[in-house]
Amino acid sequence: MHYLYYPGCSLKATGRPYEESLLAVMRELGVDVEELADWSCCGATTYMGVDENQAFALAARNLALAERNCSDGCANLMAPCNACYLVLNKAKHYVAEYPEVRERVTGALKSIDLNYRGDVAVRHPLDIITNDIGLEAVGKHVKRPLTGLKVACYYGCQIVRPYSTFDNQYNPTSMDELLRALGAEVVEWPLKTRCCGGALTGTVPNTGQRLSYFLLKEARRAGASLVATCCPLCQHNLECYQDEIEHDFAEHGQPAVAYFTQLMGLAMGLRPAELGLQRMLTPVQRVALQATGSES
Amino acid sequence: MNIPLSTKKDEVRIGVYVCHCGMNIAGKVHIDALRDFAKTLPGVTISRDFKFMCSDSGQELLADDIKKHGVNRVVVASCSPLLHEGTFRGALVKAGLNPFFYQMANIREHVAWVTNDRDLATEKAKALIAGAVRRAARALALEKKRVNVQKDILIVGGGIAGIHAALNLAESGKHVYLVEREPTIGGHMAQFDKTFPTLDCAACILTPKMSAVKNHPNITLWTYSEVEEVSGFSGNFKVRVRRNPRYIKEELCVGCNECIDACVFKKGKTLDEFNVGLSQRKPIYSPFPQATPALVVIDPNSCLELMKGKCKKSCVDACERAAIDFEQQARIENIDVGAIILSTGFKTFDPTRIPEYGYGKYNNVYTTLEVERLVNASGPTQGELVLRDGSRPKSAAVIHCVGSRDRRYNPHCSSVCCMASLKIAHLIKERTGADVFNFYIDMRTPLKGYEEFYDQVLSEGVQFIRGRPAEVTDWALTPSEEGKLVVRVEDTLLGTPRRIPVDMVVLAVGLEAQADAEAVQRVFNISCSRDGFFLERHPKLGPVSTFSDGIFLAGACQGPKDIPATVAQAGAAAAEALCMVDKGYVEIEPNTAWINADECSGCKTCIPLCPFRAISRDEQRKVAVINEALCKGCGTCVGACPSGAAQQNLFTNEQIYEEIEGVLSYV
Repeated sequence: MHYLYYPGCSLKATGRPYEESLLAVMRELGVDVEELADWSCCGATTYMGVDENQAFALAARNLALAERNCSDGCANLMAPCNACYLVLNKAKHYVAEYPEVRERVTGALKSIDLNYRGDVAVRHPLDIITNDIGLEAVGKHVKRPLTGLKVACYYGCQIVRPYSTFDNQYNPTSMDELLRALGAEVVEWPLKTRCCGGALTGTVPNTGQRLSYFLLKEARRAGASLVATCCPLCQHNLECYQDEIEHDFAEHGQPAVAYFTQLMGLAMGLRPAELGLQRMLTPVQRVALQATGSES
Repeated sequence: MNIPLSTKKDEVRIGVYVCHCGMNIAGKVHIDALRDFAKTLPGVTISRDFKFMCSDSGQELLADDIKKHGVNRVVVASCSPLLHEGTFRGALVKAGLNPFFYQMANIREHVAWVTNDRDLATEKAKALIAGAVRRAARALALEKKRVNVQKDILIVGGGIAGIHAALNLAESGKHVYLVEREPTIGGHMAQFDKTFPTLDCAACILTPKMSAVKNHPNITLWTYSEVEEVSGFSGNFKVRVRRNPRYIKEELCVGCNECIDACVFKKGKTLDEFNVGLSQRKPIYSPFPQATPALVVIDPNSCLELMKGKCKKSCVDACERAAIDFEQQARIENIDVGAIILSTGFKTFDPTRIPEYGYGKYNNVYTTLEVERLVNASGPTQGELVLRDGSRPKSAAVIHCVGSRDRRYNPHCSSVCCMASLKIAHLIKERTGADVFNFYIDMRTPLKGYEEFYDQVLSEGVQFIRGRPAEVTDWALTPSEEGKLVVRVEDTLLGTPRRIPVDMVVLAVGLEAQADAEAVQRVFNISCSRDGFFLERHPKLGPVSTFSDGIFLAGACQGPKDIPATVAQAGAAAAEALCMVDKGYVEIEPNTAWINADECSGCKTCIPLCPFRAISRDEQRKVAVINEALCKGCGTCVGACPSGAAQQNLFTNEQIYEEIEGVLSYV
């Protein structure tokens, strides 16, 4: 299996632990991952509001690069950030479904000698790991099962809406199944796809942090000691404002927050430094190891 | 083009009539051009156009030409044969001509209604008329055959539809076989507590009809039975019914229920179907107190004796009449009937398909059918409306349109849920005094007394919130929401999202076709519409008949319906079935296939292909023979015959080739 990897801006900055753990896990699973050369910003969700045409062209540039990179059939472009995943998918859908968008986008790409055919598949690593690689194969690599760790799986709003290509739109379960395969105990909670606050934590902090607060509170109420994420912005919001949330909402004893790929790495026996655990603001390693009884 | 116009006597004189159909056809094609074109075709002696050919004056026009101008073949260019072929054939008969000298050119459905280009439409209509004229020139006289019909009638499904139809027919003196799959008749109506809008007790109005069915000398009631096979044809159906063993000798059991009390299971362990899983029943049981017939039944999937052969069989000891028979086998009954009424009902939407409503996840989310049982005196709580933890709800939400009017599940409106939701809201309010919130998209209360009932429920203080809820969650935002279910909804009248915390949520589940509707459809050789319900012959003018003659529909198997509409349709189905069998005969269309014995090699290719099992082999002459009474004229054998020995009336090779050539010669 060969995957082109589209990091997007986050995985090279605030989301570095996500990149480090994802690549380490893929290496361990023997999956061939190659970073897309010369990738550019996806436009994120904000550019759409400024100029849709330019936003689609910018996103489609990455899709066209992926296609050029892959001469044999359909390219699989792995986009770990939920926002990138959504924007690239949205560009793909709009170019396919709306002739006027297609005309403008292909015209823009032609001016830089790129040709977009429309047969690249934009894939989230959660999809690749659960559906292409499979839980059975993952299970074979588990050396230190996460037995005893109570996890709330948090999917965020963007990977199942509006394009629910690999999981249920209202009650996604792929991460739940993956973490169970790692030995963790997955708690049932109703906020799997609720908003984390998104960019509001930066622009209207009160509103944004309130949304993060509900997620942390409900995860704890459901019995989780750790929230697993699959998006750099979700991770950032749940992880970085815990002090403010404690102060503003008197919410104490908040759960640790980690990328699902970090938990995979821990279960597979990888070294914490390989998984970027030293960069985390919540005590992921301690919580995980305490629960599993690995820490003396 | 060489149509033999040999002798004066055999001369083909074709009349062509172009119908305007008001503006239906005239608005889309050049009528004058068609009329003038038809005049130029060989064999055509008269060509006219008329505003409505199907009107009396249109038919007289045609008859006049036959009588006064010697027209002996008629082509009407108008609508679909389904609508008016019969009309025009009748007009020919009245004018003394064989009805099969008539040919239709469909220039409405096939031309006017499917195009916007008037010139191209006219050209296509010309091609169709040219084909019809060439075919009419080759028309042959044919006779319809009459076959006597059986007088007995089969009704499948013993809900209120089947019960009402059975009683109507039995009263008229016909013998009725009523076949029901469950151990009792009564259907969904028997599970209801009250019926809208009058709030009659459902059992009080239903059970007298149930016992009337049981006691009527003209009704043979077979419960716990299923129709396995139907063969034959309209007026002469042969039906095989499988009567499943209830392990009780029906002639001995008096329904005293002593055996149920004596069962080695002191408590029920199997989910009670009648109480939609809200309680448990024993392996030997009677579905409900007024079950009809009042016979117990033993469930082979939970009875120890039937599963493992190991039980002390205390039920047998308890039965003074020795009615229990563990050796009982399924019995097959073969019956001959003239007409069949299907009243197989509906199933309710499975709300676990909408995970965001939390059915099956949260204990206090119920369906409307479950609440019917909860408030019913013979239900699992003896009519006391309490939640699964025994507490009484102080607030409740009723969500309309669950699984209906939703492109993800069923686009159709289930028609009964608005009124059912109002009734449930009323009952919850009446029994518990709880605050009740109804979440609706549109209120649909169009029939007699319905809007008044809505008014009444409004005045009782039930709150109505317009909006389809996004989810039901136990996630509390505020202390007042702790321990409650929260309905999240956009209130589209206020234009704002709302959160309504309640103790109980009721999902007004929609109506769907039965899970095995497709299998039933195959047994009876009828069709289903896109929503899965059985397809009526015509949505307006043939609402109870099907495309299979002699098979009629009643109740919710044809589409969502409430009780008044179901009963009305059941009466209509009974009347149509009665009409058919009382006439005494059916006419068989002469478009049947036949075998030219001289050309048949006896290869048997056609025999297994015939969907109606109408072909057999004459072993003496070593040729295939077609039973005219069974042949439906589908033409499969004609197409398959390697030697061209199979031929079909009304569709001879010559007629078909002439029509094709007529169309192509113009194109």
